[in-house]
Order: sequence, then C-alpha cells, then structure tokens
Amino acid sequence: MPSDLASSSPTPEPSRFAGLLPSDPTITMLGALIAGAVIIFGALTPSRFLSGDTLRAIAFQMPELGILSLAMMVPLMSGGLNLAIISTANLSALVMAAILTRLIQPATPPSIIAAVIVLALLAGLLTSLVIGFLTGVIVAFFGVHPILVTLGTMTLVKGTAVLATSGTVIGGFPPAILFLGNGTLFGIPVSMILFILCATIVAVILSYAPFGVSIRLIGSNERATRYSGVPTEWVLVGVYVVSSLLCWVAALVMMARFNSASAGYAESYLLVTILSAVLGGVDPFGGFGRVLGLFLSLVLLQVISTGFNLLGFSPYLTAAIWGATMILAIVIAVVRDRWITRLWPVKAN
Amino acid sequence: MPKYLSAALRRHDIQIGIIIAVMATFFSTLSPGFLTLGNLMDLLENYSVMAIMATGLLVVLISGGIDISFEAIAAVSQFLVATILVRFGGNWLSAFALAGLFGGLLGVVNALLIYYLGAISVIVTISTMTFYFSILMFVTQGRSIYDLPNWFTSNISFLSIPFPVMVAAIALLLTLFLLSQLPIGRQIYGLGGNPEAAKRMGCNIVGLQCFAYGYSGFMAAIAGIVQAHRVEEVVPYALIGRELDVLAAVVLGGASLSGGIGTVSGTVLGILLLAVLQNGLTLLGVSSYSFGLVTGLVILVSVTATAYAAKRQRMRSVRHAI
Repeated sequence: MPSDLASSSPTPEPSRFAGLLPSDPTITMLGALIAGAVIIFGALTPSRFLSGDTLRAIAFQMPELGILSLAMMVPLMSGGLNLAIISTANLSALVMAAILTRLIQPATPPSIIAAVIVLALLAGLLTSLVIGFLTGVIVAFFGVHPILVTLGTMTLVKGTAVLATSGTVIGGFPPAILFLGNGTLFGIPVSMILFILCATIVAVILSYAPFGVSIRLIGSNERATRYSGVPTEWVLVGVYVVSSLLCWVAALVMMARFNSASAGYAESYLLVTILSAVLGGVDPFGGFGRVLGLFLSLVLLQVISTGFNLLGFSPYLTAAIWGATMILAIVIAVVRDRWITRLWPVKAN
Repeated sequence: MPKYLSAALRRHDIQIGIIIAVMATFFSTLSPGFLTLGNLMDLLENYSVMAIMATGLLVVLISGGIDISFEAIAAVSQFLVATILVRFGGNWLSAFALAGLFGGLLGVVNALLIYYLGAISVIVTISTMTFYFSILMFVTQGRSIYDLPNWFTSNISFLSIPFPVMVAAIALLLTLFLLSQLPIGRQIYGLGGNPEAAKRMGCNIVGLQCFAYGYSGFMAAIAGIVQAHRVEEVVPYALIGRELDVLAAVVLGGASLSGGIGTVSGTVLGILLLAVLQNGLTLLGVSSYSFGLVTGLVILVSVTATAYAAKRQRMRSVRHAI
C-alpha cells in the first residue's frame, strides 16, 4: 500500500512542489490573504485604513512581535521550540534597565552615560547568551525534549526576574535607548529597521551559511545529519544561542517602547509567535520555512489587528480572528495540497 | 518487554516518591506546622483543581498529542455554566453535567481539527485556545459573575475532606480505571506508542482522539466548576495562563511528550512534588517570589536527569547489541 506509506511520512508537501508552481504556495496564499484583508478593510473604512497612519501604526507594532517570532522560528526550523523567549527578553531587559537606572543620575556627564549604555548592552547580551547556551547544552548533550527544557528555563528565568524585582517595574531610560523604540530614521521607525536587519541576517544564515543549512538538515533528520559529519550538538547549541540573541534585540526594542522593563511584559506574545511562524509556513516539525513567509504572516496579523481596531472592534475579537486565521490557513494548506496531488500526481519516493 | 517497561516506570515513580518523602521530612523538622492534618488538607485543596486538569492532559499526552487549550475550555465552560445557574437555577448534578458537556464538546472540536486537518496538536490547540479565550473575553468584556447561588459557594465536606479534594480523588480514580482497566485506555496507550501500528490493529483513530481531547475538555470543565466553587466567583481570565504549570506537573510525573508513556500515580506524585515544595517554602517564610525560580530548577533537573538516564540506558543496550 504505497499510498498509505506516503501519507504517513511527515514530508511536507510545499517543498516538493516548489519547483512546479509559479512560486512558493505559502507565499502566494499569504499574499492573497493580505490582499483580501486590505481590500475588505479598505472598502469598509476607505478614508482611514488606506492612509499613512495605518502604515505607521503597523510599522511601530510589528517589530516587537516580529523579532520575538524570529527567535521562535530558528528553534522551530531545527525541529525544536523555545518557550523561554519572552522570559529571556524580560530578564535581559531588566538587567539592562537596572544598570541604566542605577548608574545614570541627572548630573551624569554624557561621556559616562555612553559608557554606561555600552556596559548595559553588554550585560544584557551576556545574560541572553548564558541562557541560550545553557538551554542549548541541555537540549543537545542530554537529549531532553526542547519543550521540556525551555518550559524549565522559562519558569526559572521568569522566577529569577520576579525574585530580583519583587514584581516591580524598572523604568526611566536615557534618550539614546528610547530612540530605538520611538525614533525614526528617514521616516522609518528605528525598531522596524532593527527588525528588518535581524530578519535579513536570519534569512541569509538559514539559506546560505553552513550553520543555517545544518539547522534545516537537523530539522529534517537529525540522525542522518549527524552521520553525515555535522556536529549536530554544537549546531543545536548555536540554535538556542541565536534565539536568545534575538531575544536580546527584542528586549532592547521592548524596553525602549515602554520606557520600562518588568518580569511580566509581553507574555501573551509567547503562543502568538508560534502561531505567526507556523502561519508563515514554518514546518512545526522542523526543516522547512522561510523568513519571507514569517514576514508576510506578521504583516497579515498586523493588517487584521489594525483594521479591526479602526472598525472599533475589541482587541479580544482581533485575537479570536488571529486564532481563526491560523485554522483557516491550515485548512487552505490541506485543500491546496489535496488539489496539487490531484493535478500533479507524484510517485511515493 | 511490558514487564521491563513497567518496572522502569515504577522506578521513576519511586524516585519522585523518595524526593517527596525527603522534602517532607526536611520541611517537617524545620517547621512543625507542615505535618499537621490542617496544613496537609489545605495543600491538597489548593492543588485539587490542578490535579483534575492534569488527569485530562495526561490522557492526551499518552495518546501522543498535547492540549494547550484546556484552561481556555475550563474558563468558557465555567462561564456558560455559571450563567445558566444564575438564570435558571440548578443543582450540583446539573452543574457538573452541563460543564462536562460543554468541555467535552470543545475538546472534541480540537480532536476533529487535528484529525481532519492532519495538523500538529500543539498548533491546533494553541489556535483554539486563542479563539475560545478571546471569544469569551469579547462576550464577557472581562466582567466577573459574583452572584452565584448559595448552594454552589457554600462549603461542603465529608469526613472533614473538602469537596474539591473529593472531586479530585474521583477524577484521579476514574482516570486510573479508564487507563488501566478499560480497552479504550489500552488503545490510547497503543495510539501514543505507535500510531501506525494502532491503525493497523484496527483501532478507530479519530474516535480515540475525540475521546482523549474530549476527556481533557471534560476534566478541564469539571476543574473550572470546582475552582469557581472555591473562589466563589467566576472571573473570565482567572484560569488562563497556567497551562504550562499543569504540563510541568504531568511531565514531572513521568509522562512522555512523545506519547505512550504516563501513569496516574506518576501524575499525582508530580503534583505532590510541586505542592510540597511550594507549601514547605511558604511555611519556612521564604518569599513567594522565589517559587518560580525553585520550580524552574526542579523541572530542569528532573527532566535532564530522566533524559540522561534514558540516554545512558540506550547506549548500554547499543553496546550490548554490538
């Protein structure tokens, strides 16, 4: 029963047909969904939706969720998951916030302020690196399921942040930091530039660098990758270090936007990052996915939330629509794959 | 082979049991208040809601899936049942029956989506969690229900065992009976252990999945009712956000995320481990802010030790084979 065997193997369909179709079907689908959403919202609120304000709102809201989604995407590509991204970002932000607020007084000269900022950035970076390295080592060398490890690190890291701050908020940063969250460069928000920079780097690494290719290979078949001479353990450590580094960038953007840091910010984003990555075509079993898809899925989610916001709907309804969009995207993918197999029957390999 | 497997499982149970016993001894020597009947009953009552939810999640984990949406299901069912009780009145039987019905249905929706879309369970249940919970918040606008009937909120106890503990005990016994005595329980283990083999054995996969996720929704809704009884109000967002705590407790009890492995006794021990730890620390006067840190450490050490032992076991058997 070859058809049975074929259906039981977890080979994702899109990659196999990527060459046959005009372009990546996930990208096509997301593009169509975005176009549909823009047309609907544009028709409902023509004067306000199709304006520069909408674009600006989207550009300011996207980076946070976007960078965190990238931090989730890299482990997903390796067949893992990082549940600790939010807590890592928060702890890293708290470390930076503590240094900035303790060492900078109103009378501090600018040169010292610059030095303190550099020190704070390095401390935050180090915090993220340590968390990512430990997570990676436990995942890679002890063979513990990433969900379990990061469930533990998430609880531990958040616990550390809560214990250190007693649940309070640390705020009040120098203008240089705030610029990252609220400033613009040539009319583009700095946070958006940071996000696009991160996205480009991750895309280049995943597509061209040996490290990135190894990540995708591990996501497809870890054992085969190891037997072909790739040091899979160290690649996995690298995956979680990169994920944590992205959390550090997200921490910077978050603390700049809120002008404060706390142990409990952005927690509702955790599951949304998985949602946006998978909606963007990242295979939750690992191995397949493109940064462009993730980017488009984030645009789609932001268009929906901005549109509903303009229509005066409750943010909860927006979240419900996000959940429904995810299910809808899976349905479309299933129907699409069924049609593709009907139009281009493929022999089981 | 099953004998060997069950022996290995028992060893994990015993390990956790020993850790709990050591901790309990430690806490009772340092704080005389720990080993009193009153404190132990408080401890059990505090963790009864978690235990009821854990039974449902355990069944889903054994079937090879994962359910993130159960807290949202509990919140939705809790709200629906409370609304009906306030408007039309009722009794405990109708409260539980309605909750079980709503919870079970929402769980079956999960199962059908997972089966017919062929999607991974964690993604589907994250989506449905977002969907169920946001719709609930949209409908209620975050408003709570305070005017619950008197019979619902008044304290009930039997032989000085509080009502939540009784419900938790019944839920655990029911799950134990289901998993160890009924054919469907064995089939769920089979489905989690090797889905392809279970299919070829003639198991009704979609039926089993509907049962597992429906059971999870059912138990979550029951837990929602018990929670509403305890706090004497229904707050839409009170339950949400603790999904991963329950998952941690079940996993500490030895259930495997890849399916086919897990026991009720292990789950009880996993919850007891967290309960004794947090209760003991409170009695020692340690700030509640440190719970997260300690719990995280326990989870990390426990899962790492378990996985490391399994890895060494595998290596040894490979060496034997060579």
